Amino acid sequence: MAKALLKVPKTAKKGEVITLSAMFSHQMETGHRRDADGQAVPRDIISLFTCNYDGAEVFRADLFPAISAYPLMSFTTVATVSGPIIFTWTDEKGKTWTEMAEIAVEG
Amino acid sequence: MRFRPVASVALLIAFVAHVPSAKAESIPSADRKSGFDQMGPDTQAMQRDDARNPAMLAVREGEALWSEVPASGKPSCAGCHREAPVTMKGVAARYPVFDAASVRPIDITGRIQQCRTERQGAAAWPRESGPLLALTAYVGLQSRGATVEPSADTRLASFRDQGKQFFSQRIGQLNLSCAMCHDDNWGKKLGGSFIPQGHVNGYPLFRLEWQGVGSLQRRIRNCLTGVRAEPFAYGDPVLVNLELYLKERGAGLQIETPAVRP
Amino acid sequence: MTNPLLHADRRKVLITLAGAAAFASIGPANAETADMEAAIKAFTKGAPVTTGKVKIDISPLVENGNSASMGIFVDHPQTAKAFVRRIAVFNEKNPSPEVAVFHLNPRSGSSRVDTRIRLATTQHLAAVAELSDGSYWTDRREVIITIAACLEE
Repeated sequence: MAKALLKVPKTAKKGEVITLSAMFSHQMETGHRRDADGQAVPRDIISLFTCNYDGAEVFRADLFPAISAYPLMSFTTVATVSGPIIFTWTDEKGKTWTEMAEIAVEG
Repeated sequence: MRFRPVASVALLIAFVAHVPSAKAESIPSADRKSGFDQMGPDTQAMQRDDARNPAMLAVREGEALWSEVPASGKPSCAGCHREAPVTMKGVAARYPVFDAASVRPIDITGRIQQCRTERQGAAAWPRESGPLLALTAYVGLQSRGATVEPSADTRLASFRDQGKQFFSQRIGQLNLSCAMCHDDNWGKKLGGSFIPQGHVNGYPLFRLEWQGVGSLQRRIRNCLTGVRAEPFAYGDPVLVNLELYLKERGAGLQIETPAVRP
Repeated sequence: MTNPLLHADRRKVLITLAGAAAFASIGPANAETADMEAAIKAFTKGAPVTTGKVKIDISPLVENGNSASMGIFVDHPQTAKAFVRRIAVFNEKNPSPEVAVFHLNPRSGSSRVDTRIRLATTQHLAAVAELSDGSYWTDRREVIITIAACLEE
């Protein structure tokens, strides 16, 4: 499966507050479920999500098993400069996935 | 949620006691409603916005698979069928169709498997596996918004009749037919949920209960288990016959693939 | 004979009983509430929390507890001088009380966050916001999970 779906405006005016959304392909296994054979499914969750843009972290979330499968994060940032907006997901074993989208900022 | 099955049985039994005798009349086209219309606003919003619909992750994978050349070196899907948005448009509105090779109806998933094994020299994907759902969803997406218009091929008639017969036949330990819920009692409540009309215009879809993407056959198998009948295996001809009838029963609705359902 | 209620973990017993009664919320359910209050206290390090400014935006009736859309908003500026620093979300009756902690800064531009959460059963949610002046604000909501009849087993 594709790993992430991002929603980032292609263009924005400098100083504009823009909404970003990122959905990630992950089951967010709670560790409380059992499979068809009755075996416990081990806990496996994304525990950290960050968004970096223009040299700084603009949003960070600590996530727990109460976050739904295919975790969705939608939040805002201030458009400052043209360039990449970088989204990073980290699981509890420290494995990370990164995706980015470009934005063009005018004015 | 280990105790949910107990609740399900209790609710179903309570429900059966109030079910009037089956009328076995299908829903007039003016009254046909997609399951979308009975969902809560949050679930509808999930389907409306592709960026919030997890099934779109499967579609993206399907898009990549469309132009992936198999290990045999034979053509990719795109090698023969070119641009899916052009060549696959309307396919999901029409299928299942008559397959001359097997002399019976074939669904989209079956056609993809046939292409893989016979024309691409690749191994069949297991039913309900990620890549198969992804490619089926990608093909289905090309008909999004199209009106369901079942194939008029007369060779399908007897298979459609078998599907219809199955739909109104009582099955399982709860002794319920599909029609008793989805023709005679749609719009009423079973537990806390609305009984949908049971249309097939959104598959494969993301179901909140599954926390994943699944096929129509998975959904039908759930129903069969729900009435305590032994479910047919994936790919069983009975399931394709049933889809054929359900397509006709939902003619005029719009394809929503990939839909979201509770 | 030993009374299991006196010896087993109280929370587990309550959950099992609630399950056995098929989704009924029975008995003194304050064990879970206490867990949520303890988690809030850990987040605020015991500082006082005032009701207001924060708003949890969630449908009072949720179709499926696997995925409830939830938005959080704090009625407060998001500038270099005054901003929302963190927003934590807690629940009463899932296996653990934490849901998420959102970290914001002036570059965030606003304090609106949207996500999807799991709710094991009908229960209360709490959101607690920490402002840049060190004050804590909260909102609480009850969410009812409607019971689905036809579920996969």
